[in-house]
Amino acid sequence: MEYFVIIISAIFVNNILLAQFLGVCPFLGVSNKISTSVGMTGAVIFVMTIATVVTYLINTFLLVPFGIPYLKTISYILVIAALVQMVEIILKKVSPSMYQALGVFLPLITTNCAVLGVALLVIQKQMNLMQSTVFAVATGVGFGLALIIFAGLREHLDLMNVPKGMKGIPAALVTAGILAMAFMGFTGMV
Amino acid sequence: MNNFANFTKGFLKENPVFVLLLGMCPTLGTTTSAINGMGMGLATAFVLVMSNLAISAVKNIIPDKVRIPAFIVIIASFVTIVDLLMAGYLPALHEQLGLFIPLIVVNCIVLGRAESFASKNGVVASIIDGLGMGLGFTFALVILGSTREILGSGAIFGYKFIGDNDGMLIFILAPGAFIALGYIIAIINKLKKA
Repeated sequence: MEYFVIIISAIFVNNILLAQFLGVCPFLGVSNKISTSVGMTGAVIFVMTIATVVTYLINTFLLVPFGIPYLKTISYILVIAALVQMVEIILKKVSPSMYQALGVFLPLITTNCAVLGVALLVIQKQMNLMQSTVFAVATGVGFGLALIIFAGLREHLDLMNVPKGMKGIPAALVTAGILAMAFMGFTGMV
Repeated sequence: MNNFANFTKGFLKENPVFVLLLGMCPTLGTTTSAINGMGMGLATAFVLVMSNLAISAVKNIIPDKVRIPAFIVIIASFVTIVDLLMAGYLPALHEQLGLFIPLIVVNCIVLGRAESFASKNGVVASIIDGLGMGLGFTFALVILGSTREILGSGAIFGYKFIGDNDGMLIFILAPGAFIALGYIIAIINKLKKA
């Protein structure tokens, strides 16, 4: 039950993109086509889960015992950057087909603030390892859900006749606002 | 490029938020009021100036292959300094901005300026560039923050000018951030063409 609440809350109620504004850069950048946003979603769920587990372990077994939690930001960003590189190398060797699908999105993820954000959030919320893992996966799914819905909307938006000044990013932002309003309907569910 | 043009380009011509569309997360996430936007902008500006200074000073020592990780460590150090200083001296604002202070590390503006400007230019030019870009970012955040505060709670910098329940609450909530920024960029696009 407890995990169910975490999952629903992370996917719908506190959606990382539309309610917490983390990871907006890739949201606006790669949401032109549904196919690219599916690839991005896969890469984000993958990296976010591994990064959260690794940073959680580093925090519990290195930073807290030695009394240096203020080094969190520096160590986390280095771990995430190294992890992304490692995942890229391993994936290339082990599963070339998956690398083909996710390859171009992996380097972009280092600067995706959603990954670092989730790693910091689970420490702030004082979750245990299992809860953190579930939270990371669910947050990634929530990110993907918003991203894919938005990509679908944008594909249609391109065919619409919008005023000149609104073309492109402004129209996309207003659309995202309306989508966020729709997600607000989930408020109070948990 | 002379120093003055270098300083002013961040405000309009190359404004990081309105023109380059960088650093969207803190822009949308922290601008519920003008004062929060200003706090976030100034914190980012401080990191930008200090990291530009440090990076332009040591750029010749860092080997080219490891420059990105090295830049990130320098930036993360200054972010930690800002985080601790704000927690100590401005606890209320620190509470409001929350997660977005440590997330300055992954703000594309900071790494972007390090890579495209500080790693190629001298110390003085880099400080001026950081100052201009940082204040341009602050400027954008204050504009968006005041717009949302005026429409959402009928106040500006905390001074109320309409009744308590007359604001359009939606502009304080998440959707309002996207909508307000969308329209501001649309107006700027329109003005640029005219």
